[in-house]
Amino acid sequence: MRAGNNTLTFSILFSIFSEMIEIRIHGRGGQGAFTASNLLASALFKEEKHVQSFPSFNAERRGAPTAAFIRIDDSIIRLRCEVYTPDHLIVLDPTLFTIVDVTHGLKDGGWIIINSDKRPDDFPSFTKFKVATVDANSIAVKHHLGSHTAPIVNTAILGAFSKITGIVGIDAVLAVVEESIPLKKGENVAAARETYEKVNTTED
Amino acid sequence: MKKVLMGNHAVAYGVLLARVGVISAYPITPQTTIVEKLSDLCARGELNAKLIDVESEHSAMAGCIGASAAGVRTFTATSSQGLALMHELLHWAAGARLPIVMANVNRAMGPPWNIWTDQNDSLSQRDTGWMQFYCESNQEVLDTVIQAFKISEKVLLPSMILLDGFFLSHTSEPVDIPDQEKVDSYLPEYKPKYKLDVKFPLSFGNLTDENYYYELRYKMQEAMEKAKNIATEVDAEFLSTFGRSYGIVESYRCDNADLITVTSGTISSTTRVVIDKLRDKGKKIGMLKIKMFRPFPVEDVRMALENAKKVAVIDRNISFGNGGIFCQEVKSAMYNTGNHIPVFGYIAGLGGRDVTPMVIEDIIDFTMRHDRPGDDIHWVGLKI
Repeated sequence: MRAGNNTLTFSILFSIFSEMIEIRIHGRGGQGAFTASNLLASALFKEEKHVQSFPSFNAERRGAPTAAFIRIDDSIIRLRCEVYTPDHLIVLDPTLFTIVDVTHGLKDGGWIIINSDKRPDDFPSFTKFKVATVDANSIAVKHHLGSHTAPIVNTAILGAFSKITGIVGIDAVLAVVEESIPLKKGENVAAARETYEKVNTTED
Repeated sequence: MKKVLMGNHAVAYGVLLARVGVISAYPITPQTTIVEKLSDLCARGELNAKLIDVESEHSAMAGCIGASAAGVRTFTATSSQGLALMHELLHWAAGARLPIVMANVNRAMGPPWNIWTDQNDSLSQRDTGWMQFYCESNQEVLDTVIQAFKISEKVLLPSMILLDGFFLSHTSEPVDIPDQEKVDSYLPEYKPKYKLDVKFPLSFGNLTDENYYYELRYKMQEAMEKAKNIATEVDAEFLSTFGRSYGIVESYRCDNADLITVTSGTISSTTRVVIDKLRDKGKKIGMLKIKMFRPFPVEDVRMALENAKKVAVIDRNISFGNGGIFCQEVKSAMYNTGNHIPVFGYIAGLGGRDVTPMVIEDIIDFTMRHDRPGDDIHWVGLKI
């Protein structure tokens, strides 16, 4: 018997879990997409949501495209398969748009939050989606997180996510960053707060 | 205290709470973060255990055997080829009746090389004399580590806790970490009746001819049989202490079910979602989750399936030349009852192939539409 190859049926099937929110984070190995997914899950858990987060199950190499996922729901999450139709995306590196099909399966009207120094209008091809940009690289470097060539943006980007989607409160994000990050706690908190304030959207 | 933990860290917290004395282990994907976390807990002084970094899984199990024989609560973790390399010593540990507990992160066997989940690694060790417990959530993983020490130390057989690679090992979700004080009262210090002791020398694992060997094997089988009731009791006590229980099998929404799907591991979890949806539509479909695979809970399986009109077993494994391994066991359990319900066998999810709700719905749909299984094996979503 044959099954499992029809992505259309997936979206119909998954629409029954209408209250569940799924998020995909795109990054490169070493940028901290998985850490960002875990921090986001912990922040949402603080707000008494049910959460599940996991990395893409590929063998990760530094610099290679990678992804991480978060599921959020008001009731316990039993679904244990990969995420095919995310509600929103976080993109830690805009050069990934030319390498991977970043918006694959993204639901219409979903947010794409991009770490970029460009304006949202500079990404005009995403007509079905809403775009927000924030220069998390510069903000991370300013707060001494990583280097100019390899800034660490996994904590910073979460401030922008909180502001744009409203799915998680900034207080929960900052509290989790403070608790979970072993070094440069203050710098990480400041970077997340700054992206919260500086993120640009198409709705500006 | 509730915390968002990945499955591998849930294992490590279970080991911490069980106050394990010796950990002897070797890293392998996707198990490595279990040993990393345990190493971290030891280095911080939170876990007062001797962590032995060995040069292979064969040595890891040898280290466990030595420590356990000396009367210490002992743990290891591995995966896939690592478990296969332990094979000889798995027999040794069980035959010596040592209550070692291991977490095996289910990962496919190579070649071709594959780091993703299926159950062929642990099911290849079916006949070694180890008990096997398949888990579906990180909470169940943590709780089962604690329960497994209690069961093993009562029946003197080693336990293997199985968690699906990545779908549990690297997936984070909220986990309740029980209080140490409560765990201490639930799982008291391990005090073996016999141990390696220079002040009271005994012979261990000596040459034993057929005058004794046969009876010792009888005793092992007897211990396995006993383990079913003991595991049920240990689980009931866990419920009264911690408010959670799992059963050695679990019937999920099986009332008046025409069709019962039989599952294990994380496929059980996703199947619940599908069953809920189909029950809402009025379809009489239930699920039997098999948690304990060795000893195989024959009586429980018989009772759970006796009123079903059809059974669909989903196997994330294959015995080449026969079929799904859980399917064989289920058929074998039903045979002598004379109740020959059609048992459909499905192979799904090998090497980490995703088992989505749609795959499970297709399996259920196929089973509903056919009176008899026809083929002994049905491959799901085969691309050739």
